[in-house]
Amino acid sequence: MQAPPLRPGGDPQLIAPEPPESLPELRSPRRIRWTRRRIALKRFWRQYRRSKMGMIGLAILIFFIGMAIFAVVADPSGADPSKTSGPVLSPPSREYPLGTDNFGLSVLTLVIQGSKISLLVGLTASVISMSIGATVGIVAGYRGGAIDTFLMRITDFGLVIPWLVLAIVLASIIGQSLGAIILVIGVTSWPATARLVRAQVLSIRERPYIERARALGASNRHMIWHHVLPNSMPVIFANTILTIAIAILSEAALTFLGLGDPTNPSWGSMLDAATEAGATTLGAWWWIGAPGVCITLVVLAFTMCGFAMDEIINPKLRDR
Amino acid sequence: MNDVLRLDDVHITYHTSTGGVPAVRGVDMTVRKGEVVGLAGESGCGKSTIAGAILRLLPSKTKIEGTITLDGENVLEMKPGRLRAVRWTGASIIFQGAMHALNPVKRVGDQIAEAIVVHQQSAEKEARVRVGSLLEQVGLPSRRMRDYPHELSGGQKQRVMIAMALACSPSLVIADEPTTALDVMVQAQVLRLMKELQRELGLSMIFITHDLSVLVETSDRLAIMYAGKIVEEGPADKVFHSPQHPYTEALAAAFPEIGDDRFRGKPLGLGGDPPDPADVPSGCSFHPRCPKAFEDCPTIEPDLYPAGEGRRAACLLVPAAKERAGAHP
Repeated sequence: MQAPPLRPGGDPQLIAPEPPESLPELRSPRRIRWTRRRIALKRFWRQYRRSKMGMIGLAILIFFIGMAIFAVVADPSGADPSKTSGPVLSPPSREYPLGTDNFGLSVLTLVIQGSKISLLVGLTASVISMSIGATVGIVAGYRGGAIDTFLMRITDFGLVIPWLVLAIVLASIIGQSLGAIILVIGVTSWPATARLVRAQVLSIRERPYIERARALGASNRHMIWHHVLPNSMPVIFANTILTIAIAILSEAALTFLGLGDPTNPSWGSMLDAATEAGATTLGAWWWIGAPGVCITLVVLAFTMCGFAMDEIINPKLRDR
Repeated sequence: MNDVLRLDDVHITYHTSTGGVPAVRGVDMTVRKGEVVGLAGESGCGKSTIAGAILRLLPSKTKIEGTITLDGENVLEMKPGRLRAVRWTGASIIFQGAMHALNPVKRVGDQIAEAIVVHQQSAEKEARVRVGSLLEQVGLPSRRMRDYPHELSGGQKQRVMIAMALACSPSLVIADEPTTALDVMVQAQVLRLMKELQRELGLSMIFITHDLSVLVETSDRLAIMYAGKIVEEGPADKVFHSPQHPYTEALAAAFPEIGDDRFRGKPLGLGGDPPDPADVPSGCSFHPRCPKAFEDCPTIEPDLYPAGEGRRAACLLVPAAKERAGAHP
């Protein structure tokens, strides 16, 4: 007897199950992960583009990062006072678009050179600050009890001591180098972050999915990495962006006070030199104005990017 | 060994700043293989406390006495490492309020796979395949594993929670009010799904709810709790349709039958509130609210007396109680 021909849509048992969308068995897990990341990145960019504020911030940032890269690659010498022949304290002209300082150095060259140091300090110091702050905050909030009390008293100590005084003391102990400045800013600016992260962790710790994870048999490490950290990320991230701004300003403040590295020109050291030379009384507005505007713009740009990203990074605020 | 879970004389006391609060006061219970036991009672009677105690999820200062035997092993004597290994593989929980039991920043598929990965039952790749089939099993298309919790409806989230509970093929599934916060239609769908899965997979389950009508449909046996004790237990339909304890009677009567004239215009309820666990009334703890209370009730604390085939009830009005009272005047 002949078997009846199979009609499409006939016996559902005989139709091969549809392959899953991503065909996981055909590709290695690593490639799947990369594809997933690329898709996520694309989606992130699509949403980021919609934020006008974020795009303006990004444009400013790209401009200054380009400037810093130019400073590293091209190294426009001219920051050396012994090799200059320009007029002293000349206002902006065709030859010197941002004028010159009291040694006859081009302010434009100094600003370009300074961008390297200011951005470097801003980024690295805030990474140090965030790592300490986030770690202290998460451990204190998650463990609670005596550990929490202990860590929070240290944090309070850091919050209560005037930041600048502590930084000055530390800078005079560690010495005047670029690394020292970064370290000083990093270790003095974490307490506020630690407090914020701890507050967030305290609220996450009580949420039912943490209890669920515990019921699953998850270890503390697993719960911190997979549940507490991802949920604190928006707070940590927004804080990092703001800390970058603060770090750039702090670098300027410390160098302005003469605690910076005199061999590396930065926007802060320019301000310091200008004030010392009496630029305000001499009416050399370009000398103070140029680095001042740069600092303001970079800080503003980081803040704008931070706000824009914060809106996207929280899955609940994403479009559905 | 046919008992998946055995509770023997379990007492659970919460630690508070004003002293211990006994939430569970001597509970015996067994769940056989493939059996669904319904646990019912008002808020604060100790239902969820029992669920938490089985996996030792209660606050660390809580005192648990007695023995809780899961798959022949006393949960209360397990070392932390063993306990973590038993969690979810020995018993899993379908949590109440699925809205909050899912991590909002992780895809639901990853959260279901979490249990499998934590227990290293399989590599990430196989785990994903398993997640897909689990989702199909609870009636969701497998592509939903890529969604975030906020992209799912309440009923879908509860289905994800059920899939998660089944992920490690546990011997016991504890459903802790799985249908609260769902509307009635979705509630019915979720209940039907759970019933089907239970039958298909031969699951042993504890079903916790305050909704007796739900339990009658889903459970083989019922245990009614009041003020930290079981006051009546027995086959589900018998307990519901011919209650022996006045409390069960009041709970069962609280569901009006639509179209029945006896319920028209006069909802039957039980007055008063459940007692404060820190200050339980003397004798039978139910006597202040009991419509059938008599002079012995405030002084004699009833045990669970046999009350018909496979049934027990803790009431002095049960014939067996009267006999015993007669024997010891």
